[in-house]
Amino acid sequence: MSIPHLPALRKGAPYESLEKVEVKDHRTGEVLATVSQVNAGILRRDLNRIGEARESLRKFTVDELIAICAKAADYFLNGELPLGDQGHTQTPQQYMETLSRTSGLPHVMVKRNMAKVADSLTNMRTVLNGLTRGLDTKVIDVGYGEQAGCPVSYYPTTNALGLVMPSNSPAVNSLWLPAIALKTPVIIKPGREEPWTPYRLIQSFIAAGAPALAFGFYPTDHEGSGEVMKLCGRALIFGDANTVAQYKDNPKFECHGPGFSKILIGEDEIERWPEFLDVIAGSISENGGRSCINASAVVVPKYAAEIADALAQKLGPLAPLASDDPNARLSGFANPKMAEFIDGAIEQGLKEPGAEDVTAKYRNGPRKAELNGGVYMRPTIVHCNSFQHPLSNREYMCPFASVVQVPQADMLAQIGPSLVVTAITKDPQFKEQLLDSPLIERLNIGPISTMRISWNQPHEGNMFEFLYKRRSIEVA
Amino acid sequence: MTAQERLDSHLREIIQWHFSPETGCPFWLEWASKNFDPRQEIQTIGDMKKFPHFQDEWLRDLQPEVWVPAAYKGRPFNIFETGGTTGMPKQRIGWEDFRTDYSEFSEKISDEHFPRGGAWLMMGPTGPRRLRLAIEHLANVRGSSCYFIDLDPRFVKKLISNKQFDVARQYMDHVVDQAATILKHRKVSGLFTTPKLLEALAEKVDIFAAGIRGVFCGGTTMLPQYVRFIVEEVLENRVGFYPTYGNTLMGLAASVPLLPEDKFSITYYAPQPRAVLRVVNSTNTDETVDYDTWGRVELTTLTKEFFMPRFLERDEALRRKPRAPYEWDGVAEVRPFGAMENKIVEGVY
Repeated sequence: MSIPHLPALRKGAPYESLEKVEVKDHRTGEVLATVSQVNAGILRRDLNRIGEARESLRKFTVDELIAICAKAADYFLNGELPLGDQGHTQTPQQYMETLSRTSGLPHVMVKRNMAKVADSLTNMRTVLNGLTRGLDTKVIDVGYGEQAGCPVSYYPTTNALGLVMPSNSPAVNSLWLPAIALKTPVIIKPGREEPWTPYRLIQSFIAAGAPALAFGFYPTDHEGSGEVMKLCGRALIFGDANTVAQYKDNPKFECHGPGFSKILIGEDEIERWPEFLDVIAGSISENGGRSCINASAVVVPKYAAEIADALAQKLGPLAPLASDDPNARLSGFANPKMAEFIDGAIEQGLKEPGAEDVTAKYRNGPRKAELNGGVYMRPTIVHCNSFQHPLSNREYMCPFASVVQVPQADMLAQIGPSLVVTAITKDPQFKEQLLDSPLIERLNIGPISTMRISWNQPHEGNMFEFLYKRRSIEVA
Repeated sequence: MTAQERLDSHLREIIQWHFSPETGCPFWLEWASKNFDPRQEIQTIGDMKKFPHFQDEWLRDLQPEVWVPAAYKGRPFNIFETGGTTGMPKQRIGWEDFRTDYSEFSEKISDEHFPRGGAWLMMGPTGPRRLRLAIEHLANVRGSSCYFIDLDPRFVKKLISNKQFDVARQYMDHVVDQAATILKHRKVSGLFTTPKLLEALAEKVDIFAAGIRGVFCGGTTMLPQYVRFIVEEVLENRVGFYPTYGNTLMGLAASVPLLPEDKFSITYYAPQPRAVLRVVNSTNTDETVDYDTWGRVELTTLTKEFFMPRFLERDEALRRKPRAPYEWDGVAEVRPFGAMENKIVEGVY
């Protein structure tokens, strides 16, 4: 059987480039697909004529597109869909296995990511309801109408949504799905090791009746990514702190970098800390610790050493398992150099006085581990003596968290920007301070995993407000 | 006489010229006095391995007069500088070589794409470069005149190295806007430019509708996918495309017309016998690499005005077999040496 070739999709039309990259099994190096790479000029030309892609979606009502999303969810979860331009198809099982082989995510995590993506498609009406705060979908179709007795009008801010996607977590694709229901074409630059999910989602949408014209799939280089960001009126970028820094504070861009998500325990609840260990450990390690909503710091007013030790006992022994093992909790690294870099960075940080790798004694082996040719990072819990320590507020693509003891009164002054904060407290004054804090994007009050997300509440940016802008209107 | 025999015969003539006190230049006569007499040792192109690699510092550090052949003494010369480097540039002096090279090149471009008498536009590095006079000569040889829009590649390189991408973009727009203005107000049928500038111009102007029928392009890496993009999308298969590889030290190597089986991989052929290109093993430069294998480009220039043995270019390429009308090896898919390992600043030039 030949190797599948994923063409670029130029407004839905397959384009086989003369330049291709190989997507390989992270353990064996076996080539699982070739992917056509386009040059930046192609993006510039296509984006100059993107209007027709938007027109293709405008022909549908939002309600019709919501119905297409629900059908697409079914195709994504259960369908045998086209894979590339050489006659290959892909079943859900094949998708799951292939993605696992290239990304290093074990099957159980891919399945969970698949479910998350499908859920967001199935629940698109709820998602839009949350994003628009209950706006009648006809307002988007017609351009104006009423909301809560008040005239409203919205106009699109862009003809296309640009997406520079990561390779590390397929579920992040759920972030762009509302764009289709909101009649906005997508221009996707897939992550180098993860073309599978965006490609399968596009095929699911097309099978469900969405116009192929609305989908751009442009594997490209650094210059091409820059053009996606520059030429799409609105764009989402995923990357490390350095990558997203250049796009921050510009309303054209929504940046998804490190989350620095945290768990805080108030003075009123700290004596009950053993009861919260499962929630904390899950927040640190679910999804292989790869998400920006994974907790990377646990901030407590006392018992830091004890909590760090208890977490280390729980997480330290976790070791890599076969990718199809249902108990697998760790993800392999598609790029082993990344594991090496992380391991080196943690070791470097530990040389600074004031931090101890508490997991070391429970791990019985090195942090960077290998199994069947795959490279993994085993969990690391570091007890830091303050937020001044370089490891106290770091985020890595693996289960890693610091435990830092800080008086409750100083916590909010020290934690810095945090995508998700789970605050375990019932103290009304502390809750008020948390609610007032501009540093927290999503706030969970009580023992709730940082990994929990709500379809009707965006935790990072609001796609409707990103793609539509309100104007005042008067119609005679 | 075969191409090889013609080359060896030309080589002997050039060696005789540069290493004879009556005709040679101070640099090579002094070099021979300290090393060996090439008039005895060099009979065929294979013997050229006896020469060490030409050092580019010699063209930077020495006064241009050391390169004046005795036979040319007293005749003012042109001083040409190399492309986009910063600091003291390499300089090559010359008298007629550029005319010879470009008169020959004129025979390789079609009247359909570059109608005789139709005006040209050059949008690219002019200033101290040979290309400026060469393009005007090429136009003149074909009974045409040429408009010029300058681009300073040294400034662009500086901007990119300093990460001033916005300013670089503004400068590129400034250059392209001037070209668009000329195309709007004047009848032009032939264009010389660099690939990036061509692409940028096509974003502002419909190249075919503006009257352009042929584009002569050179300057930076043109990998097959990029060539395909230029041919199919920028020029919409309606405008003749003539990629070339060249520089001040060599002249220019023309490409053979693309065939479907080339898959847009361009092969260039040196203007032998005046210049010879070899693709060599970068760790053992005496060794020529196999066909269709990557290696570093080595240039030997053999004219009465300039002798430059075995200069290692900062480029790598695939060695290709001879192809009609050329009876010697070609170089294909030229890119900066080490391009796969390092990030090279090429800019728009």
